[in-house]
Amino acid sequence: MIVDMKAEDITADYKEITLTLYGGITRKVLYTEIETPYPDGKLIVSTTDKNGVITHVNQAFIEMSGYTESELINSPHSILRHPDMPSAAFKDLWDTVNKGERWQGYVKNLRKDGGYYWVKATVIPNIRHGQVVGYTSVRRKPSRTKVEECIKLYPTLF
Amino acid sequence: MSYVFTVSPDFTPDHLSGWYIFNTWLQKQSGEAIHLEMYNSFQTQREAIQNNQIDLIYANPFDASMLVREKGFLPLVKASGISDEAIIAVNIKNSVQEIVRLLSASNTSSDAFLFDAVTTDNPEIKSELQPRSADFRYKVAMTEDPDVNMMGMIMLEAGDLNAGNIQTHICDSYVLVAKQLLQGNVDFGIFLAEAYDDLSNMIKKQLRVLVRSQISVIHHSLMIGPKLADRREELQNLLITMNDNQKGKDILASLKFDSWVKVDDEEMEFMIDLMDALAT
Repeated sequence: MIVDMKAEDITADYKEITLTLYGGITRKVLYTEIETPYPDGKLIVSTTDKNGVITHVNQAFIEMSGYTESELINSPHSILRHPDMPSAAFKDLWDTVNKGERWQGYVKNLRKDGGYYWVKATVIPNIRHGQVVGYTSVRRKPSRTKVEECIKLYPTLF
Repeated sequence: MSYVFTVSPDFTPDHLSGWYIFNTWLQKQSGEAIHLEMYNSFQTQREAIQNNQIDLIYANPFDASMLVREKGFLPLVKASGISDEAIIAVNIKNSVQEIVRLLSASNTSSDAFLFDAVTTDNPEIKSELQPRSADFRYKVAMTEDPDVNMMGMIMLEAGDLNAGNIQTHICDSYVLVAKQLLQGNVDFGIFLAEAYDDLSNMIKKQLRVLVRSQISVIHHSLMIGPKLADRREELQNLLITMNDNQKGKDILASLKFDSWVKVDDEEMEFMIDLMDALAT
């Protein structure tokens, strides 16, 4: 379940856009220019089912996304999709993990308050008894050098 | 039939007698002959695991994947409230305040802890900084503890450091990692947080923690091999109830543990997935 973002949740001047997410869902997102720095020493961890629906989040995920645990569980992971992220990145992610391989990349995530945070994300398939049952995504603090490369690169991929 | 029990070589020396006492307790409770074999390196311990010589292990999380997926080990318990965390520390004289853009700094002083780091947001200062020379290598002291090193390298990665552009100094203990920092031989030290916290105040006064991990879900686990698999539930129950009496509590205290808590298969699989994700 994913819903449009609400103006009352946004903490600064914002822009508005309607995104088409993985699976054909559309969502109105409101976004600001406010970055939340990635906290030192923490990992953001979540698991999803095979369709990318969130089944588990850790405390760092809750704190950085701005959502409550109950808002995140059963939502598609694309609740974090920021309009500055090219869809090619997520196509590559799904193409890779659907082959049973790990995906790694730098991602600008959207917070509930319209702000954003950069992560280095690794997504791996969870294989139980030989079957893919879901995916684990682990995000760590990214190198600012790499983030700046992505800030230049990603707009060219639209 | 005698079984062989071993402990991850990263245990601190003051826990050694505790493991022998624990093994004596375990033999008495289980009615099995269990020999405690201590290895002084991860490499020799892994060779023994590969040769199917180990039946019970207090395992480093880094080895959990191999134990479960290649050797058929099953998790029993973990120590309650204890997770493996890492610290990156520097000499107190080191000017680095945070791990960011370390390779962009202009000072390539050979005195390890005298370099300048880019910790400013002032664009005028940043524009003056030039990349370090290609052959410059930060020096990082660490032990052979694989999960702590992995966590430490993840934290250094945020500053553009990786195994390919640092010079590592492998030490036999965390005290020696601290010594390398104190003597100015290295720029950074990677510590098990518990080991850093146990350093004397005199040493810690000369060091500074740059970053401490707060991961919470990476932990050592007591695991059994295939020959003991049918005793799993019984052994789990023995261990979980160990702190119900004073003798069990005293033995746990000698290991600096409060109690054991059960680790089920899915919790172990989750940690293995996490370690797999972090290992790249």
